[in-house]
Amino acid sequence: MTPSTSSAITLNINGEKYTLPVDHRTTLLDALREHLDLTGSKKGCDLGQCGACTVLLDGRRAVSCLQLAVAAEGRAITTIEGVADGERLHPVQQAFLDLDGYQCGYCTPGQICSAIAVIEEHAAGWPSAATDDVRPEAGVPALSAEEIRERMSGNLCRCGAYVSIVQAVAQAAEVQGKEAVA
Amino acid sequence: MREFGYERAFDVSGAVALIGSDPDARFLGGGTNLVDLMKTGVERPALLVDVRELPLDRIELERDGGLRIGATVTNSDLAAHPDVRRHYPALAQAVLAGASGQLRNMATVGGNLLQRTRCGYFTDISRPCNRRSPGSGCPAVGGEHHNHAILGASEHCIATHPSDMAVALAAFDAVISYETADGPGELPIDGFYPPVGDTPHIETTLPPGALITGVTLPPAPVAARSRYRKVRERASFAFAIGSIAGALDVEDGVVREVRLALGAVASMPWRARAAERLLVGGPASAEAFAAAADAELAAAEALPDNGYKVTLMRNLIVAVLTELTEEVSR
Ligand SMILES: Cc1cc2nc3c(=O)[nH]c(=O)nc-3n(C[C@H](O)[C@H](O)[C@H](O)COP(=O)(O)OP(=O)(O)OC[C@H]3O[C@@H](n4cnc5c(N)ncnc54)[C@H](O)[C@@H]3O)c2cc1C
Ligand code: SF4
Ligand code: FES
Ligand code: FES
Repeated sequence: MTPSTSSAITLNINGEKYTLPVDHRTTLLDALREHLDLTGSKKGCDLGQCGACTVLLDGRRAVSCLQLAVAAEGRAITTIEGVADGERLHPVQQAFLDLDGYQCGYCTPGQICSAIAVIEEHAAGWPSAATDDVRPEAGVPALSAEEIRERMSGNLCRCGAYVSIVQAVAQAAEVQGKEAVA
Repeated sequence: MREFGYERAFDVSGAVALIGSDPDARFLGGGTNLVDLMKTGVERPALLVDVRELPLDRIELERDGGLRIGATVTNSDLAAHPDVRRHYPALAQAVLAGASGQLRNMATVGGNLLQRTRCGYFTDISRPCNRRSPGSGCPAVGGEHHNHAILGASEHCIATHPSDMAVALAAFDAVISYETADGPGELPIDGFYPPVGDTPHIETTLPPGALITGVTLPPAPVAARSRYRKVRERASFAFAIGSIAGALDVEDGVVREVRLALGAVASMPWRARAAERLLVGGPASAEAFAAAADAELAAAEALPDNGYKVTLMRNLIVAVLTELTEEVSR
């Protein structure tokens, strides 16, 4: 028996359900951009190498160009279109605006989705390759520029806006830390 | 890309049954390697069996102090786990040194072990390649090979295994568990990746259709003092050109136990047993470390453009052993 090569799937995106037929070859990125008109997620390389297509799957960042749409059924998908709270920008969005964390803006949706997750991963105590001592007893170091650069290394920026991207992530982490305490 | 069917498996026997003996069926983990290779036409499966919902996503500390890691544990969860970081820090470091935060969230332990080489001829289907298309030749030997193997290669293939994680697993004598229609089985990582010889297309000793169910790390107190160092062509998010996982136990200046495995130098993570044998019982000194490195690398065979790796690996072995010795005396 030849298996069916397409399916009708339901995707949960930014809290809304979308039902659509997909050829199994469709990546989540193509489903978002070509089928659902959610063009905020960008296609840079289509090979997992640039991060422009970064979205959150069940709250964790992932590259949507290597994620098959059919395999994303049942997961909570958050795209750049869904990170703000109504009219109120996400603190990471606000920080990118305040500090000019971009030039052309093509990599920006991916940078922002990635940064949102970086701040959460750090708050959850995840070490990184920049962390000297990964033993749990050592604790996680502060989100220094070096830590941010390493943790954000999956997001390339052809305009080279890295200096202000790092500042924006640091500011957003600080703001969110304060909000969490308040 | 060829059209394919998609099934989700919810239990191990169901996953194994869905794959059956179909050579055109593949398990789908995070898809970060498989989907990539399907886009370029290197992989052309007719059926994908998604393993991400299998109940194999746990990490458990065993009674004897060993660690049991499920096959669908993500690379991120592996590196963040307190028992991994406490008892096998080099494993957490190796995983964190690989790919990007996004990819580590998607990638699974099983898929990481089975990821394919990054040799540029292997991934370009317009070129010959013995590994992808047996008997077609190996253009890397006389072509682009600056990141190819210096140990254990053959004239038929000089590709390296790209995994960082597997290097640390080799240092810690990991055992890989799998399941087939005939029942469960186990393979030590030493032997999991067979010698290249004239069969580079045979990449593991897993039986056909086998589902990897997990990896077990035997208890290894020496692993509590371990490190992973990786050298690459940019500071982050790049494959290794040379890497090392090392663990060391020194008492009164004498090496009691040592583990060394090298990455990006062979078609498998390379356990440096010759160096280990020479070191045990001897002094923890710079001279002894250099002699051990030389003993291990005596068998190295370099091509015109990858000879730098011999020096690089020698320096890495000495550096990591020196750092670990300093850590002991702290
Ligand atoms: C841009 C980029 C950079 C990268 N950089 C690095 C790096 O620096 N270091 C590094 O180590 N890796 C790196 N990787 C590779 C990455 O680590 C692997 O792609 C990943 O670990 C594979 O895991 P997966 O779950 O996504 O596997 P998949 O892509 O889903 O599967 C890979 C293979 O394993 C098989 N498989 C999956 N699960 C099982 C199972 N349970 N049983 C049997 N077979 C199974 C599949 O059929 C397939 O053949 C990089 C990848 C990309 C795209
Ligand atoms: S080195 Fe191996 S993988 Fe690369 S072209 Fe030669 S045979 Fe193929
Ligand atoms: S488009 Fe997905 S990582 Fe580049
Ligand atoms: S702002 Fe142009 S690519 Fe980053």
